Amino acid sequence: MRVELRGITKRFPGVVANEDVNLVVEPGQVHALLGENGAGKSTLMNVLFGLYRQTEGEVLLDGVPTSFSSPADAIDAGIGMVHQHFMLVPVFTVAENVMLGVEPTSAPGVLDRDAARRRVLELSARHGLDVDPDAMVEDLPVGVQQRVEILKALYREADCLILDEPTAVLTPSEIDDMLGIIRRLADEGRSVIFISHKLREVRAIADTITILRRGRVVDTTTPDESDEQELATAMVGRDVQLVVDRSAASPTDVVLQVSDLRVRDERDQLAVADVSFDVRAGEIVAIAGVQGNGQSELVSAIVGLRRPTAGRVELDGADVTGANPARMVELGVAHVPEDRQRDGLISSFPVSDNLVLNLTGRSPYSRGIRMDRRAIRENAERLVQDFDIRTSSIDAAVGTLSGGNQQKVIVGREMSHTERLLVLSQPTRGLDVGSIQYIHHRIVEARDQGLAVLLNSSELDEVLALADRVIVMYRGGVIGEVSGDEATRDSVGMLMAGARA
Amino acid sequence: MTAPPAEAPAAPPPDVDDPLAGAPHERQPGVAGALREVALGLIGPLLAILTALIVGALIIVFTDPTTLEAWGSFFSAPGTALADSWDLIATSYRALFDSSLGSQRALARTLVQSTPLILVGLSVALAFKAGMFNIGGAGQLIVGAMAAAWIGITFDLPQVVHLPLALVAGVIGGAVWGGIVGFLKARTGAHEVITSIMLNFVALRLLDYALSTDTFRRPGRSDPISPEMPASVRLPEPIDSFRVHLGFLLALLVAWGAWWLLQRTTIGFRMRAVGANPHAARYAGMGVAATTVLSMGIAGGLAGLGGTTILLGSTPRLTGGFFASVGFDAIALALLGRASPIGVVGAGLLFGALQAGSTGMQAQTSTPIDIIFVIQALIILFVAAPAIVRTVWRVKETRLGAGQRFSAGWGAQ
Amino acid sequence: MTSVTTAPAPRDDVVEDTGARRHALTVAGLCFLAGVAAILLFGLTATSDQVSTLLMNPRGVDTIPDVELPTQIAAFVLGFGAIALGVRALQVVDPKITVFFGGALGLFALALVIWAARDGTGAFYGLIAGSVQRATPIALGAIAGLLCERTGVINIAIEGMMLAAAFGAAITASATGSLWIGLLCGILTGALFGAIHAVISIRYEVDQIVGGTFINIFALGLTSYLTVRVLVEYSHLNQPGTFRPFEIPLLVEIPFLGPLLFSQNVFGFVMFGLVAFLAWALFNTRWGLRVRSVGEHPRAADTVGISVHFIRYRNVILGGMVAGIGGAWFTLGSAGRFDQNMTNGKGFIALAAMIFGRWHPVGALIAALIFGFSEQLNDYLALLDTPIPSEFLLMAPYVVTIVVVAGLVGRPRVPAANGQVYRSGG
Repeated sequence: MRVELRGITKRFPGVVANEDVNLVVEPGQVHALLGENGAGKSTLMNVLFGLYRQTEGEVLLDGVPTSFSSPADAIDAGIGMVHQHFMLVPVFTVAENVMLGVEPTSAPGVLDRDAARRRVLELSARHGLDVDPDAMVEDLPVGVQQRVEILKALYREADCLILDEPTAVLTPSEIDDMLGIIRRLADEGRSVIFISHKLREVRAIADTITILRRGRVVDTTTPDESDEQELATAMVGRDVQLVVDRSAASPTDVVLQVSDLRVRDERDQLAVADVSFDVRAGEIVAIAGVQGNGQSELVSAIVGLRRPTAGRVELDGADVTGANPARMVELGVAHVPEDRQRDGLISSFPVSDNLVLNLTGRSPYSRGIRMDRRAIRENAERLVQDFDIRTSSIDAAVGTLSGGNQQKVIVGREMSHTERLLVLSQPTRGLDVGSIQYIHHRIVEARDQGLAVLLNSSELDEVLALADRVIVMYRGGVIGEVSGDEATRDSVGMLMAGARA
Repeated sequence: MTAPPAEAPAAPPPDVDDPLAGAPHERQPGVAGALREVALGLIGPLLAILTALIVGALIIVFTDPTTLEAWGSFFSAPGTALADSWDLIATSYRALFDSSLGSQRALARTLVQSTPLILVGLSVALAFKAGMFNIGGAGQLIVGAMAAAWIGITFDLPQVVHLPLALVAGVIGGAVWGGIVGFLKARTGAHEVITSIMLNFVALRLLDYALSTDTFRRPGRSDPISPEMPASVRLPEPIDSFRVHLGFLLALLVAWGAWWLLQRTTIGFRMRAVGANPHAARYAGMGVAATTVLSMGIAGGLAGLGGTTILLGSTPRLTGGFFASVGFDAIALALLGRASPIGVVGAGLLFGALQAGSTGMQAQTSTPIDIIFVIQALIILFVAAPAIVRTVWRVKETRLGAGQRFSAGWGAQ
Repeated sequence: MTSVTTAPAPRDDVVEDTGARRHALTVAGLCFLAGVAAILLFGLTATSDQVSTLLMNPRGVDTIPDVELPTQIAAFVLGFGAIALGVRALQVVDPKITVFFGGALGLFALALVIWAARDGTGAFYGLIAGSVQRATPIALGAIAGLLCERTGVINIAIEGMMLAAAFGAAITASATGSLWIGLLCGILTGALFGAIHAVISIRYEVDQIVGGTFINIFALGLTSYLTVRVLVEYSHLNQPGTFRPFEIPLLVEIPFLGPLLFSQNVFGFVMFGLVAFLAWALFNTRWGLRVRSVGEHPRAADTVGISVHFIRYRNVILGGMVAGIGGAWFTLGSAGRFDQNMTNGKGFIALAAMIFGRWHPVGALIAALIFGFSEQLNDYLALLDTPIPSEFLLMAPYVVTIVVVAGLVGRPRVPAANGQVYRSGG
């Protein structure tokens, strides 16, 4: 199916998410939509899928102007979408998820499970997806869940397939499989829209590339006509400096020592299996790995948010296994959490209170149970200055700040009290390039002041740019360690995929 | 800043968000600004009350047999129907006003009525701030009153010791009952709404049982009623001609204390943080479990104190079902007062007036007292859903603010 | 491709402190407690020559012989049975061991029933039949609740919906002289209150617990007001009469179960019918699949073209209708008149039964039967002059529910989207 978007504009109250976007996707083609987080890619696709209604412009399918008022219309018209966050009901089986909305029935209203199961098996075999129709979705690994999403679209006989950031949660080898599947789907005559911000993948799979920036199309090109640097520049809007300026590390004493640590997740599954490593003062140690290989649980256990079920955590030689977060702060440990909205900030509280969120119990911010409002304000004014936090006032609710400035509030707070160990989880996820560079700069500065830094990042570029040592996690264990000088995309990438070098 | 992440506009609102925090942080400078703010803040609740009174009036009119007959002959005599209706409403609400604020005696009754309402309302409000829906005020006030009654009946002490002891016992009784809810939530994640509903009924049964034992039952009687509290535990009425007991003053003092606790202390900061975002509070090392238990303990203590002021004030006997309904009234007035201590005092006075007035209204116009509960229910609805009031009165959105969320679903933990 | 290694295998010489193990220990401990309590309270207080007689038939029938048991031996056997269940719970570390606790509790209850009838005659059939009677409105209320909550709308307003329906049914049945019209009006009243709950929680996005509180207070206030205002003066509007029980031929001849299940009034049959139908329909029809998807992951349902709001409106109104049947039970199925606040907390017991029954119709029925049993046990024990204060038995449903939601015996799995407002895209 030939899909054309003509002059699409989508406004939300106060925000223009897409402006005058034109896009043509030919049948049999993979069309990549490239852009930074927040560039408007997902909004555009939600318009095409009928989840949002465009403010202006029109959608043409095989040349016919079409208007969708709901996803049901889009599905009927032959459009299938694989969402970035999977749209699967965890407590349903694969077959139930696939048939939901277009259920085959044996008698009126009565589900025909056998028919659905047969159809899933047949589609799964034909497209090499290898999915068990009776498996419970919550028990499946993410890679398989994604194939279930694709099955959902195929089950509805989609002619146009939208894949929103399909590789974000996959290992490098799973990514290769996925790209193969996508190519085959296109070769059968479908049009495929592939959304990503990863340049390499886009160049590997796409026939045509459209680059979005701030809601507008800035360029349309092909992999042959452009190299990665050009694509990056177009995506970001200026020359990107991917390298952080830093000198060699000079590590001294061991600050953090982790031995045989074992951690279980909420569902009581083993998430970290007997992990050991150390971090010295004056070095940055990065934990690399595809998301979901135990990094989050490991960090939670180190900073006291999750109790390990076995093993030891030592700080400056003292056993701190299972100490609570407040105790860790007292001992000079700071932690920039992975999910800043959820864990790092209280969005309805003012900036000033958020800058002392984990410090209210100590001098000078309180005496006894009485809080010292003046000390809190003074601290806020100083940090807003120091960390270049753009806010209308220190009394403004922190939720009104931009993502980059929210992150600076957290980084500023944590750096204001850390004395021994700085732990950062995904410190730049979803931020604009300016904020990323600023935060990278402060991390290196912290190291140079003699702090031990533990960086948990699933962005390979960030790991390579900052780390003095890289520890790679795979399925809950440490699969390898590489020194910063030797770490390359290939060497670390192979380990992330579970292949020992 | 460029466009927000594309998911943002469609994402459901966060589960737990401090619904009352937005306004105070962006206060305009100066007294004029503050006054303007207060005035704007009052529009919503006032319109909600007005709307509820109007709906209440309609219910009164269309359930009154005589007026209904007049409406039956509306087309032959439209004037009669309208006049009759107006008469009925006017006399009913007039009687309501007269017996709540119309005289010194009436005013005293209103203040006495509002005492437990303010205290239990503060209990609900404080729990709201800490992110919990305390639907268990009924149980907490019963257990508090039982504890106070036990002190009152069992001991024979001079007033300076006996009265404070009974008050403390009331607070402790309620605090234990509320604390159980907090403990279960903190320790096991059990949703506070479910456990406190269940504990309400357990408390009611416990009271029934207590009133069947010799300890609590009036000697020589078989009906479930306790002996009258001795004078040494009764709350004194300091002004001779104005029959308001000290409990009212105590309630105002406690309201100020609640404000100070929430806004000026680290404990209050923790409670608000846990209420607004428990994940961030946990991450910040605040001891979410301890804060939850403490918050529900304090909330329970306030409700217990509320029950105790009834027992040691206006109604000095324990009876079956002892004023459990105050626990539900308190929810309405905490909503109306937007969970702020000063708002709760205002709403408590209003509800006290409604309840004090309803008795007079029933006596004078035969409009049953229960209409007050209908009006209270409607106030809950209109405060919680300002959109309805907006539609009725055609007010702009910004004036009334968005709806409030107070609790997460059963599943969210 | 290079060789891909498997996951690093955890060492197996490490002792871990896991949730499943703690859970098994708790369940086993509670089973032991029930067993030991049965032995101490009932076994050791009875003497070896005491005999308990249990009547197994309704009055005027004797299809099966009554049961005579040696009290002490029976109590010991049941007590040790409960302990054996505890031992077994320790051996199978499995999330479903909660049933062991249920079993142990059942054995304890049976021991109590037998012990109370020592040297006497206990109306066992009456106890069970009365439990079924009392379970009827509870089960109907619980079904009303789960219809809402399976789509993600919390319903703590079952009490208010039932109370309003009880009133509506009584007044129309009295006015028209037809019980069936009264029942219909009860259902419509329930539907109306369901629709109100749906509109305020879906259209106006009011916190669903606040909305439920509104309905409860509103229904109580309005029915009390109208009772004083209307029914006191026009007492002929409060004489609806009650549905008579009828029998299903042949099936009623089955010993014990026949009269128990197949001789009831319309409410009993409707309740069992609804439970059976919903237990099937929720998991085997298009309607059920969609309902559950909306309750678990509304956005997923939306993206495959299912209207989340439509499904929620429909189910909350359906739930109101079922609550309406449950409400009509009070006036048309039991009391034959309306009294202020006559549901008296039954709606909240229904809420408890829904949770205890883990949002499953059969679970809700079992929970309702247990709660009905604990109420009926009062009458049974009172006839036998057993010195257990009735208040404590009446507390049992509430305490058991607290134990269940506290996860002491396995946390119930709640519909994931329960209580969450859903907005589709802009």
